[in-house]
Formats: sequence, C-alpha cells, structure tokens
Amino acid sequence: MQTIYPLFTALPLAASFFNLLVTKINKKAADYIALLVTAALAVMAVLTIFEAPFAYQVGGFPPPWGILLVSDGLSSLMLVIINVIGFLSIIYSTKYMTMYTAKPKYYSLFLLMLAGMNGVVITGDLFNVFVFLEVASLASYALVGFGCEHEELEASFKYLILGEVASTAILFGIAFLYSMTGTLNMPDLARQIEVIGINKAVAFVIALFIMGFGLKASMVPFHAWLPDAHPSAPAPISAMLSGVVIKALGVYAIARIMFDVIGPNAMVSSILMFLGVLSMVIGVFLAIGQPDFKRMLAYSSISQVGYVTAAFGLGLNPNVGSAVSTMALFGGLYHLLNHAAFKSLLFLCSGAFEFRTGTRNRYEMGGLIRKMPVTGIACSIGALSISGVPPFNGFWSKLIIIVALIKGGFLVYGVVATFVAFMTLATFIKLQKSVLFGQLPVRFAGIKEAPFAMTLPLVILAILCIGLGLAYPFIDQGVLQAARDALLDKLSYMGYILGG
Amino acid sequence: MILYFLTLVLFVMGVYCLIAKKNIIKKIIGLTITDYAINLFIIIIGYRAKGIAPIMFKNMTMKELTEYGVDPLPQALVLTSIVIGLGVLSLMTAICLRLYEKYKTFDMSEINRLKG
Amino acid sequence: MATKPNLAASDSPKGMTLIVKTVVRFAIGIVFMFGWYIIIYGHLTPGGGFAGGTILACGYVLLTLAFGKELALTKMSDMAASIVDNTCALLFVLVPILGIAFGYFFLNFPPHGKPFNLVSAGVIPLYNILIGLKVTSSLFAIFLALSIFGRFISKLVEEAEEEE
Repeated sequence: MQTIYPLFTALPLAASFFNLLVTKINKKAADYIALLVTAALAVMAVLTIFEAPFAYQVGGFPPPWGILLVSDGLSSLMLVIINVIGFLSIIYSTKYMTMYTAKPKYYSLFLLMLAGMNGVVITGDLFNVFVFLEVASLASYALVGFGCEHEELEASFKYLILGEVASTAILFGIAFLYSMTGTLNMPDLARQIEVIGINKAVAFVIALFIMGFGLKASMVPFHAWLPDAHPSAPAPISAMLSGVVIKALGVYAIARIMFDVIGPNAMVSSILMFLGVLSMVIGVFLAIGQPDFKRMLAYSSISQVGYVTAAFGLGLNPNVGSAVSTMALFGGLYHLLNHAAFKSLLFLCSGAFEFRTGTRNRYEMGGLIRKMPVTGIACSIGALSISGVPPFNGFWSKLIIIVALIKGGFLVYGVVATFVAFMTLATFIKLQKSVLFGQLPVRFAGIKEAPFAMTLPLVILAILCIGLGLAYPFIDQGVLQAARDALLDKLSYMGYILGG
Repeated sequence: MILYFLTLVLFVMGVYCLIAKKNIIKKIIGLTITDYAINLFIIIIGYRAKGIAPIMFKNMTMKELTEYGVDPLPQALVLTSIVIGLGVLSLMTAICLRLYEKYKTFDMSEINRLKG
Repeated sequence: MATKPNLAASDSPKGMTLIVKTVVRFAIGIVFMFGWYIIIYGHLTPGGGFAGGTILACGYVLLTLAFGKELALTKMSDMAASIVDNTCALLFVLVPILGIAFGYFFLNFPPHGKPFNLVSAGVIPLYNILIGLKVTSSLFAIFLALSIFGRFISKLVEEAEEEE
C-alpha cells in the first residue's frame, strides 16, 4: 500500500479525463469506467485500515522541502467513508441520472470531486489541503447546478460565492502562517507553533480558519448556503454533499489543524462547543416545518454536524480529564461515521421517491410503503437511526456525546443536546407519517418499486446502519481507536517530519 | 508595513463591491478583486529588502542566490492561486449567463425563488 | 457548384477591416512563436507551461477577432480542443504514475543533463509542454463556449428590445 498511496488522487483524476475521451466514441462506457474505478478505490480504502501509519514523500524530496502524504488512523477512517459512499452513489446514479442529460459529464465531475476529497484527507502539507479543497469545491459547485433549472442555478450561484469567500479566508490564514513560521509542512508547523505559542497572530489565524472551514462544514452562522444547495442537487450528489463533502472538507480539516497543528487550548474548545450547540438547536428548529423533503434533511444535516463539532470541541479542552476527552472524541468520530451512513441513506431514498412519484413535497406523498416496500423500509431504518432509537447506530453515538458533555461539567450543553435529540425524533416521526404511512393519493396508484440499481445501495446502507449499531464494541477496537489516537497524540504527528 | 495595509484596503474594497452592489456582474468583479488582493498579499510576504529575482545565471554562486534572492515559494503559491481564480471566474460567468437566460434579469434581488 | 469562400482573404465579409487583417497576418506568427518560446524555455527563464499556454490561447482569440469565427474553428474546432485538452491532462497524470515504477510518485526519473542547457532538468520540459497545450485548448474552449456558442444571450437582448 505504501507505494500506491498517491493513487487515491491520481486514479480518479486519470479516469475523469479518460472518461471524456472515451465517451466521444461510445456513450455507454462512462458507466463502466466510473463503477470500476470507484470499486477499486473502495477496496484500496478498506485495505488502508490494516496498515501501520507511515509518511510518503512525493517526488523523493525529504520533508520539510517536499510534500508529505501522511497515513494514520484518521486518514484511513475518512478514506473508507469517502470511497465506500462514493461507490454506492455511483451504483445509484447509473439509473437515477437517466432523468438528466449529459450523463458522461456528470461522471467526470463526480470523479473530480472524489479526487479532491481524497487529496484533502491524505495530504500532510497545508497548501496542498487548500488546492485539493478548491478542486473538490469547484466540482461540487458545478454538480449542484447540474440540471439547469431556475432554482438549481440560483442555489449553485449562492453556494459558489459563499464558498469562494471562505476559500479566500483560508488562503489568507495560510499566508499568515507561512510568514510567521517559514514552512508549510503540517508536522513542521506543529513544532514551530509549540515554540511560538498562541500569540495574537496565531489567534487571528485560528479565527480565519474557523470562518473558512466552518463555512465548508456548514456550522451556524455560516450555514446559509446549505438549505438551498442540497435540495437542488441531484439525489446522489445530495447524498455525497451531505454525507461526505461537508465532513471531509470542513470537519476533518478543522479537526486536523486544531488538534495536530495548533494543539489543545481552552479558547478554541469553547468556541467550537458553542458553535456546535448553536448549530444543533437552529438546525432542528428550522427542520420541523419544511414541506420539502430534501430541505428538511438538509437542515437536519446542520444539526447533526453540530453534534460532531461540539464533541470535537470538548475533546480539545485541556482542563477536563483525559477520560472525558477520549470519550468525547470517540463519540464525535463515531457520529461522523454514522451520519455519513444514515444521511446518505435518507437522501438516496428521497431520490427514489422522486424518481417514481415526480414530487419532493412530502404533503403530497403518503402511504408509499405499500407500493414501494424496499425503499420504504430502508427509509424507516434511516429515520429511526437518525432519531437515536436503540439498537440502531444513532443512539449509541448520541448517547456517548451527551454523557461526555455532562461528565465534562457542561450541564447546560448536555441538556440542550438531549432536547435536540427529542426534537429530531419528532421531526422524523412526522416525516414517516406523512410520506410512508397514511393515505395513498389516487394519482400514485400505478407506481412500482424503484429499479434494482437504485435499491441495492439502499439495502447495503440499511444493513450498515444496523451493523454499525450492533457491532458497537468492535468498532471501538478496530478503526476508531486508531483515529482517536491519531488526533490526540500531537507528538507522534510531529514525528512524521523525520520521514516516517 | 504600509504595503500590507494597502493590500487589505484592496481586499475590503472587493468585499464591499461583493456585498453592496445588486448587479451580478459587479458581484463577480468584486470577488475577483478580493482574490487578487490576497494574491498580492502573498507575493509581498516573500519580499526581501535590496533583493534580486531568484533566478540563477551562469556565473552566479549558490551563496549569492540565498543571500540576496527574494523568496520563491510564495510565487509558486500565487501561480496556483491565480489558476484557481481563473477556474472560478469562468464557472461564475457561465452560471451568470444561464441565470440571465432563465430569469431575464441581472439584478440579484429579483432572483430569490428559494426561500424559507 | 459554388466554390468554397476563402476565409482568410482580405476582402471576405467576415471579421474586421483590411488594416487589421494585414497586421494580424503578420503578427500572429510572432505571437505563436513567442508563446512556444515561453513554454519550451520554462525551466531556464521565467514563464513555463501556464504563462505560455495563456499567450497561445490569446493568439487564437486574436485570430477569431480579426478573421471571424469560421476561420478560427477550422484552425481549432471545439471537438479538437476537447480532445487535446483531455489527452494532455491524461498524460500529465500518467507520467507521474510511471515514476512510481522508478521509486516515488512525481519522481524526476530521466537523466538530468548539464544545467543551463535546453535539454536538461529531466521531465520538467515535458510537463511544461503538456500544461501549455492543455491551457491553450482549455482557455480557447472557454472562450468559444461563453461567446460563440453562448449566442442565446444576444438573442434574448434583441427580443427584449423588440418588445419595448
């Protein structure tokens, strides 16, 4: 694995350009190329779990002059999430994207987005993070406005302007860090910032990064693009955006920089916890009354990412004991994994409903579980998981986060998180009642089940939701322990500068 | 020091143009000015007083280059950033053309179908 | 059967006036040669792939402005631009993967040669040429897509003026 580690970015890039060449001759080849490449990437990503951590020098140049690719527990967790959900979305889009034109260009843009996200996660150089972030963001701006209707273009334009302002803020922060320390290599930056300490300039850089990456992660008050962009995108892109992109570009980048480069301190911890709890509350209150199925799911994404941010904030706090911060980090990483699974399941279900009934308004749907049983049961499993009903996976991760908040001494935040969990349950019970159960409208009397290529990823994701919940003791030992140690151990991250 | 402040003045002008103007084309120009202000800031960071360009000629020694040359790394960063800005500008213009085709106006306050 | 009109003639109705066409006929060779000089000497003097590619793309735009879009499309059509674009990008990703066989990704594996020569520095001139071609075709394709194939904007403006 060590020699083929850069293929995570090179393979989707090459496939994207090759796709555009081949489809000038034969349009059907695009499906097979995309399926083959994402399957290979998913297999490679699962194989990285079993490797020891290493650092790869690009071009043979030793650090700190060359670019370093770092593989540790957190990178392999993110790689698994990105590539497996990407593979399932591609299986789903072979049938769903027949509703749109220019399907080969969709696959090229999707592979570009995948290459960008993989690049953000595997690299150990700060400017490289910015470049791959821009690649993934540009592909996602184009994909949001893919069907060129009125609302999709408006949503894409708003997302573009806000995303570009955030990227400019991130570049500003990177320029400041470079002028203070003279290096861009993240392990080397970690060493230099320990020497400098958190003076006013580093605090300004932290503020710029929270603004820039917070907009990519859609934390309140930077969330204004998300309720417009996620419903307007095609359903597999909504699943990727909500389940993977806001985590890989936003939450992962904040976690990597705040834990491993800047190190735990109390100011950043309290800011992140406050923003996380604010996102939880505002997200769920705005989600309840929405008539549009996907807009409701988008608002509840803001709420769930708030849980993850609050957990990471608690893990950064140097004043609580190490038991509490370890538990908080475990809850945050577990909820990241779970949210990727059930949110993409819910968005793919909404796409299946839209494919058959032609509408996204949940007041116009009803009683669909009789006509579309597989999709309906998968949607039920997803809704129960996100509400935190045992024994599905959402229950365990929310419980761990709430217990960690209360044990850390933040009683108000813990009570608010519990209240938000109940509100989420109410939201999704309303959703299930209006979409799945109840009266079937007369004009939907003849609809059939969704095609096999669309129900297969739904079934796989539903099994993952149940499996991640039941296998809760094993998940800790396997993947999450390595990810947690990679974040908490700043010293071993600084050791990568010596080349592995 | 005064140069850094002037760069920030340019940045603020770009952000003002992005926020206060209603025409979409003016917003695009504002975002582009903001991008270029940040690029200028990065280049100025690499400056060294009484410096020469970091190019090596035939009869130069390495010691001269490291002692008098300005920092070449910010120049590489800015090259990448300019290319990214170009990509964003072309995508923005394409979306703006399509928006005019659908909404028949360039005024941003009339393009607000998505609410709530 | 009518003969095909000579698109590059000075008195064809497309394009600009006689003075512009004469000057451009002379200057366009210099522009292209300058662009290729910047690309090929990119490892010795400032410039490189992206700057040279922009100059070449501006040369194609000059051709469109002076002689009209039919002539420019015969020199580089949108299909040709797309093929050159994708081939060069694919090669730019495959050559570093070839470097994995020699050790590392993006390794400079050809022999480095003597400094300050034209043929030196390993694989860097090849990267410059690939990037130069890619940027040329990309920028010209963007220009085509926004101005010539995006004609629906001017039609909408004409319709709006007719209504008033």
